[in-house]
Amino acid sequence: MSKQTINLNVNGQSVTAEAEPRELLIHVLREQLEITGPHIGCETTHCGACTVDMDGMSVKSCTVFAVQAQGKEITTIEGLGDPDKLHVLQEKFKEHHGLQCGFCTPGMITRAHRLLEENPNPTEEDVRFGIAGNLCRCTGYQNIVKSVMAAAEELNKPESVT
Amino acid sequence: MITGNFEYHQPGSIPEAVALLSKLGDDARVIAGGHSLIPTMKLRLAMPEHLIDLQAVKELRKISVSGGEVCIGAMTTQAELIASEELHKAAPIVRETSLQIADPQVRYMGTLGGNVANGDPGNDMPALMQCLDASFTLSGPDGERTVNAREFYEAAYFTARDDLEILTEIRFPAYSGGYAYEKQKRKIGDYATAAAAVLLTKGADGSCEQASIALTNLSDTPLFCEEASRQLVSDGLDSASVNSAVASAMGQIDPVDDNRGPAEFKRHAAAIILRRAIQQAWARA
Repeated sequence: MSKQTINLNVNGQSVTAEAEPRELLIHVLREQLEITGPHIGCETTHCGACTVDMDGMSVKSCTVFAVQAQGKEITTIEGLGDPDKLHVLQEKFKEHHGLQCGFCTPGMITRAHRLLEENPNPTEEDVRFGIAGNLCRCTGYQNIVKSVMAAAEELNKPESVT
Repeated sequence: MITGNFEYHQPGSIPEAVALLSKLGDDARVIAGGHSLIPTMKLRLAMPEHLIDLQAVKELRKISVSGGEVCIGAMTTQAELIASEELHKAAPIVRETSLQIADPQVRYMGTLGGNVANGDPGNDMPALMQCLDASFTLSGPDGERTVNAREFYEAAYFTARDDLEILTEIRFPAYSGGYAYEKQKRKIGDYATAAAAVLLTKGADGSCEQASIALTNLSDTPLFCEEASRQLVSDGLDSASVNSAVASAMGQIDPVDDNRGPAEFKRHAAAIILRRAIQQAWARA
């Protein structure tokens, strides 16, 4: 099957890839664009490790064909923060031990980012329900929930006057 | 997990989509949110040679309420159903059901049309639509027709929709009485072990004026429980008549042993879930 040209905006940059229609978004992101933050955990829509933000929605990029994402804006963990300037969620995951092996973390944080955009003052139950599509096999979720709650609190602080 | 090869099409309107499907015939499948179809394609249980993606058909993405009737475009996502205050006022049972489907990521992509058209007995919206007495609009090469949700499902994955038709719209009467969608599942994201949709209207004298019951994943199709619904209206909601209505509904189910448990367990769970749904709907009526 012939390849098609796919134009995406990934983390604020316009990018182009050539992909067969059957190539999944996660494969194009990782293998062609070398954006390896989103992980392949189960590849069956269950684990959420491949979660990216697509036009303001959290999606599992293993269950979207890259051609379906034509023209869309994609944000991955790489677009949220970097080692020199961590995103508040990354800071709080670090501070509250919201990760152990780290495999689920990019998907978890990308999902939590969208959750807090939609609901800046979540209850603990809202957070648990909101990250139900992301599996973690290490933490038992306690510290992940704490981290997201702490990030919400931080983001809601009035900006300090300098 | 790589799917078979296919050619990708993205029509911009319903006539264009119908024409494409007529031209490509059996080799083509329509894709809505894709969260049932893509996993099936990965397992190569489905190997369509053409995918007709409806995402660019703007007229399929709408929610409107007018004159006591709700009309929802087939490409409206579960997330959009949940977010719509207008829909929540007109039929609060929809949000309650949508929130119990899959997980947030799936609900951003999964659509009402895909959920009802797929014919998977595990899907939640078919029983809900039977409960609400919805009708589905189908567009095909010979024009449009309407099929009632209660007559749409023939067997697992077999529906009244012809292969060359596209399900475009879902319509049902607004309903503000008591409601409940109760679902027993092993974990978030799973299909129902047993689920029940119940609508009950309480009259000024406290009697049950209207009742509608439908069940999910307890047979190879969703089940509208006409007799059980009628019984609640004629006999009321005291415990003896609820028992009798539940027994009547249980007479319709035909669960099978699978990884959600043996059929006997599902019968047990189904009776509990239906009873809870009736109690909850009546408490809200």
